[in-house]
Amino acid sequence: MATTHTRTAARFMVAPSVILLLIWSLYPLFKTIYFSLLHYDLQSGDEVTWTGFSNYSYFLSDPAFIGALENTLLLVGGVLLITIVGGILLGLLLDQPVWGQGIVRILVIAPFFVMPTVAALVWKNMMMNPVNGIFAYFARLVGMEPVDWFAHWPLLSIIIIVAWQWLPFATLILLTALQSLSEEQKEAAEMDGAGFLSIFFYITLPHLSRAITVVILIETIFLLSVFAEILVTTGGGPASSNIPFLVYQTGLKAFDIGGASAGGVVAVVLANIVAFFLVRIVGKNLDA
Amino acid sequence: MKFSLLLAGACSMLAFAATAHAETTLTIATVNNGDMIRMQKLTDEFTKANPDIKVNWVTMEENQLRQKVTTDIATKAGQYDILTIGTYEVPIWAKKGWLVPLDQLGANYDVDDIIPAIRSGLSVDGKLYAAPFYGESSMIMYRKDLFAKAGLTMPEQPTWDFIKDAAAKITDKKGEVYGICLRGKAGWGENGAFLTTMANSYGARWFDEKWQPEFNGPEWKKTLTTYVDMMNQSGPPGASSNGFNENLALFQSGKCGMWIDATVAASFVTGKESKVADQVGFAAAPCGDTCKNSHWLWAWSLGIPSGSKKVEAAEKFVAWATSKDYTNLVASKEGWANVPPGTRLSLYKNADYLKAAPFAAETIKAIESADPSMNGNSKPKPYVGVQFAAIPEFQGIGTEVGQQFAAALAGQESVSDALAKAQDIATRAMTKAGYIK
Repeated sequence: MATTHTRTAARFMVAPSVILLLIWSLYPLFKTIYFSLLHYDLQSGDEVTWTGFSNYSYFLSDPAFIGALENTLLLVGGVLLITIVGGILLGLLLDQPVWGQGIVRILVIAPFFVMPTVAALVWKNMMMNPVNGIFAYFARLVGMEPVDWFAHWPLLSIIIIVAWQWLPFATLILLTALQSLSEEQKEAAEMDGAGFLSIFFYITLPHLSRAITVVILIETIFLLSVFAEILVTTGGGPASSNIPFLVYQTGLKAFDIGGASAGGVVAVVLANIVAFFLVRIVGKNLDA
Repeated sequence: MKFSLLLAGACSMLAFAATAHAETTLTIATVNNGDMIRMQKLTDEFTKANPDIKVNWVTMEENQLRQKVTTDIATKAGQYDILTIGTYEVPIWAKKGWLVPLDQLGANYDVDDIIPAIRSGLSVDGKLYAAPFYGESSMIMYRKDLFAKAGLTMPEQPTWDFIKDAAAKITDKKGEVYGICLRGKAGWGENGAFLTTMANSYGARWFDEKWQPEFNGPEWKKTLTTYVDMMNQSGPPGASSNGFNENLALFQSGKCGMWIDATVAASFVTGKESKVADQVGFAAAPCGDTCKNSHWLWAWSLGIPSGSKKVEAAEKFVAWATSKDYTNLVASKEGWANVPPGTRLSLYKNADYLKAAPFAAETIKAIESADPSMNGNSKPKPYVGVQFAAIPEFQGIGTEVGQQFAAALAGQESVSDALAKAQDIATRAMTKAGYIK
């Protein structure tokens, strides 16, 4: 049992790291908020002037902003859907005692080790390219017009690429959860006459719910900030840019530091709103 | 990325070590294009002649260079002594007083030998603010064999109507030959550069005298409609993600009948990597309603930031790298076809060069007829620049408008919707920047 004395001592001892962490994260945030209130355009030169909230009103009323917001949410939702459904199916498959299981598992996990830029380049030039790509080759083989992925389905293409990268992670987590499901329970259910589907929906899926929650929480954090795949493939056309890309474009392509800072603050606020709802809705699973 | 950082780190360590002996170390930011890489290899020749100067290279890809160099000069960080910049940056930065005027390049430099159009693009009030390393315009590169097969002859200066017809005639989609390859990738320097020159030939402009954007006018409508129709009919699939490099690869592998792009591409499509090298013909970029400024003008140039403390040494290097002697040096080591093109009149009078470069005549003709001040066009323009408007806000606007053009090409939007959105984007940005009151 800690005494008042030891508690005070402990506070003193953790103080340096707490202060450092505060400076580490708060200083950039305050600086960003400060910049977001200035007219600060790198190319136009010296005159940095106070503009109040005009950067915010321009950013929020930008038609590109609404599109980017939609794309951000669609991207997160789409990838989550694919990786969780795919992850469960793959997990079930890999859980079967088959020959060469170890190698298959490594193959499934492999995409996770590919860097995002490399993955995007491979998909853009080797897989989805409408002239030289593998998909186009197969389409022509069966006499179909090749699909021009990045022109006609830019957002879907990016979702596919990102999902391909995150599927191994989801599979891994879900497979681990599947392996902790007791065989006896399943056998008991089978003896009671339950079919494969009832076992899946009444035993396996509830058992997986915690693992699914972990996947949703972790993936959402990373998916909100997908950037490399967009930069490499579509360069953020109107139908495929998300909030991080819009901020990048404002800051480093248009050199509008004030506008980009305002965008950054908006992105932080949005991410916190998403995090808040996410923790309330799915985070409950972790309490039990 | 990591490797280049390491390399840059190693270079700067070397530079530190070197300063102990040498008097001055120049840090030069440059772009990773072939001609610049060659310049780095030849730097020894410069340091041999100037033993008290060391040179430290920082080489980057174009977008990265632009980001680094702009932040460096705008925040007065003073990291670089020489900057590789284009005709877009020079007039803007010179007016801000960010660049040293280059009037001390030595007695042998022969400023008058620089092609007038290029010189005017790099000058403000008659003073040169950056020395051109290589210059380019745009032109048509086409396949003579395909033209002969279709019974067509390329006029010296065709019209867009002719190009559209010809493209349709030589297209063979089953055989994977597409009549025309053009830039479609969004970006002010990608599809923005191409479409602005095409629009110039229809008499369009980005802004009127009161800085109001003109995308709602008939000129832009004609431009974008022609472009989208032609590309849908005869272009390669996926054109909206094709930039310079993608089109180069397509043309080299024999999949394009025509390609309208930078004159520097000529030495690549007639070079070793090209499957169709011996079938390539050249012609002037197409005219619309006018032939004025129907092709662009660009020069990668070397400038000295006014914050540099090593101006004298930097001037020596700039003079060396853009001199006639440098051209001769490259010719003696790598052959005439590889010298940096498009900057000096004397090069285009050199018989050796003309023999080695079949595209030389077309290149100089295109460059010489470009007019960055746009004085020759029917409607006055408040900005300089052929394929861009030299105002700081243009990069941002150009990129977003380019995305609308790419969306129209991909069929995500109709031409009128894309132009209406472009008008909206440009008006908002110009209002925010204070041009429109």
